[in-house]
Amino acid sequence: MSARDDILRRVRSALDGVSPVTDLPPAPRAPDRGDLVALFAERVEDYRAVVTRCAPDDLAGVVAEALGTARAVVPPGLGLDVAGSVVDDGLSAADLDALDAVVTRAAVGIAETGTIVLDHRPDQGRRAITLVPDLHVCVVDASQVVADVPDALALLDPSRPLTWISGPSATSDIELDRVEGVHGPRTLHVVLVG
Amino acid sequence: MPAFPTAARAALGDTQLRRNLAHATHTIRDKRAKVVAEVEDWEDLRLAGAGVKEAALRDLATHLETLEASLVRAGATVHWARDAEEACAIVARVAHDHGADEVVKVKSMATAEIGLNEALEAEGIAAWETDLAELIVQLGEDLPSHILVPAIHRNRAEVREIFLRRMAAVGRPAPADLTDEPAVLAGAAREHLREKFLRAKVGVSGANFAVADTGTLVVVESEGNGRMCLTLPDVLVSVVGIEKVVATWSDLDPMLRLLPRSSTGERMNPYTSTWSGVTPGDGPQEVHVVLLDNGRTRALADDVGRQALRCIRCSACLNVCPVYERVGGHAYGSVYPGPIGAILNPLLRGVSDEQTASLPYASSLCGACFEVCPVRIDIPSVLVDQRAAVVDSHRGDRVPKAEAVAMRAAAWAFSDARRLAWAEKASGLGGRVLRRFGRTSLPGGRAAAGRLPGPGAAWTGARDLPAPPEESFRAWWDRTDGGRHEGEGPE
Ligand code: SF4
Repeated sequence: MSARDDILRRVRSALDGVSPVTDLPPAPRAPDRGDLVALFAERVEDYRAVVTRCAPDDLAGVVAEALGTARAVVPPGLGLDVAGSVVDDGLSAADLDALDAVVTRAAVGIAETGTIVLDHRPDQGRRAITLVPDLHVCVVDASQVVADVPDALALLDPSRPLTWISGPSATSDIELDRVEGVHGPRTLHVVLVG
Repeated sequence: MPAFPTAARAALGDTQLRRNLAHATHTIRDKRAKVVAEVEDWEDLRLAGAGVKEAALRDLATHLETLEASLVRAGATVHWARDAEEACAIVARVAHDHGADEVVKVKSMATAEIGLNEALEAEGIAAWETDLAELIVQLGEDLPSHILVPAIHRNRAEVREIFLRRMAAVGRPAPADLTDEPAVLAGAAREHLREKFLRAKVGVSGANFAVADTGTLVVVESEGNGRMCLTLPDVLVSVVGIEKVVATWSDLDPMLRLLPRSSTGERMNPYTSTWSGVTPGDGPQEVHVVLLDNGRTRALADDVGRQALRCIRCSACLNVCPVYERVGGHAYGSVYPGPIGAILNPLLRGVSDEQTASLPYASSLCGACFEVCPVRIDIPSVLVDQRAAVVDSHRGDRVPKAEAVAMRAAAWAFSDARRLAWAEKASGLGGRVLRRFGRTSLPGGRAAAGRLPGPGAAWTGARDLPAPPEESFRAWWDRTDGGRHEGEGPE
């Protein structure tokens, strides 16, 4: 018997006579917290990320300032001119390692947890570009902010790869002292538009 | 692996270990309590989380078949493994097929459980752990001692020493001027591992959840090493316990709200990655999923123990356990330590060997583990049930187990008031003797017996026994007429 059939047979016999769960207790919703965009900004900052709020017209200037002299890679569909940047056309990991920063948009922002979700469409690019460079400047539109995890799941497409980001990369593995940036970007700069 | 009482005695003698552990468990515990208190309906969320997992388990065959079909549709190759050996062989074959002599690994309990690193090494394939704590454990040729922070038994000076001594042999050496600052040590790990990430052909991971109806795997982490392994290599192999399945995409909701708060005490962990099979032009272009049994169907068949398969490995139960806090993870002799380890190991492997049979006794049954468990696993009840299983498995023994002897002696003494009075008197005498010879004293200066001879050794092998008082309550009552007069003082 194949391992597959053997395991499925064992599962069935283990559950022989066990009744299924028919009604699942519903997950409670987070209570109304008022201004979601303000809450989102506050909670992202709690992770020692940088948050800048700006009007749509000021976006290019704010991004340029966040980058300073850093050389950035941008996804092909960013929809924003970033001076001196390289557009990703399938750069190798080594190429990405030679760059300092990345600028992307996002799919969803979650206020309750201070989380940004990328679904890696053309305005956000491949997963690797937001991982290898050390500074991630992420542009989130105020209209993309939702209250909590269930709202985000409802909007996201599970067939796409997703990356949920809550603050910069971090570890507490040595004496529980929190250190930012182990392998992912050490600095996360969120630009909140509108 | 030695049985729990033997291993615990060694751990109890290590004061550095006890200090590191107490610091870690208390810190994480406080953080958790704070973020859990933020959630108004935490109890309802726990019920929902327990419900999602329990429902998936009770209809597991259907969900596994759905998961397989969705994964294949999304471009993944699905393998099934009855045990550790089959699972390791599948991973080794994938690596060989690509001519890889090394793989980069995301921290994963399932791959630790099956001893994948050792199995790959035997096949000439080096498996690099990329989680900072796992790297410390691997370079230190040591064992993990905690589910969440596996190197918590090591302090910064030890980590520095391990990096200086061992990194050069397996890749980029640690810088010569390495200090013991955690940020500097993390920086050294970043440089050392980046070289490996950038050249790796094959990545290996586990999964925190596997969504049946969409074929999506989920990995929750902090450092970004997981993202590196899941994204940069051409080939990805994920070893997934069959109990990781949830039915639908929206079932992730209570889980993703419960896990980080229970685990690291954060509202959300820094990174969560989800993927369904292969995405053209982005990430690994060949994706394998190994569905692992390795004793899970054995646990599934246990009506009381089945709930242990709901575990999402958050480690909250370790951090509140008074036994774990004192002895640490190594004493459990397994990758699953603490209260969950004390039930999961016997359920997965049976209680026929001395080591697993000792685990259901590694608890004070205080109930704290059930209180914190995000998926409401009633660990104390399962412990009691597993103790019964241990006793049952020894029914036919020629020489009864120490626990059985002790229980029988207690039953004999308690069943008759005169016998009890005699036994208490004898224990008062014993108390005086013990006080004279006992080498240990308890906090507060109370005398304690270091180690009892005979059947009592099973008890004192891992505990200090307070010396009994010289006068029993009964004797005091007789002498003072229930406290009405002072009496003449104990003999
Ligand atoms: S048993 Fe519960 S508390 Fe313990 S690790 Fe598993 S989910 Fe967490």
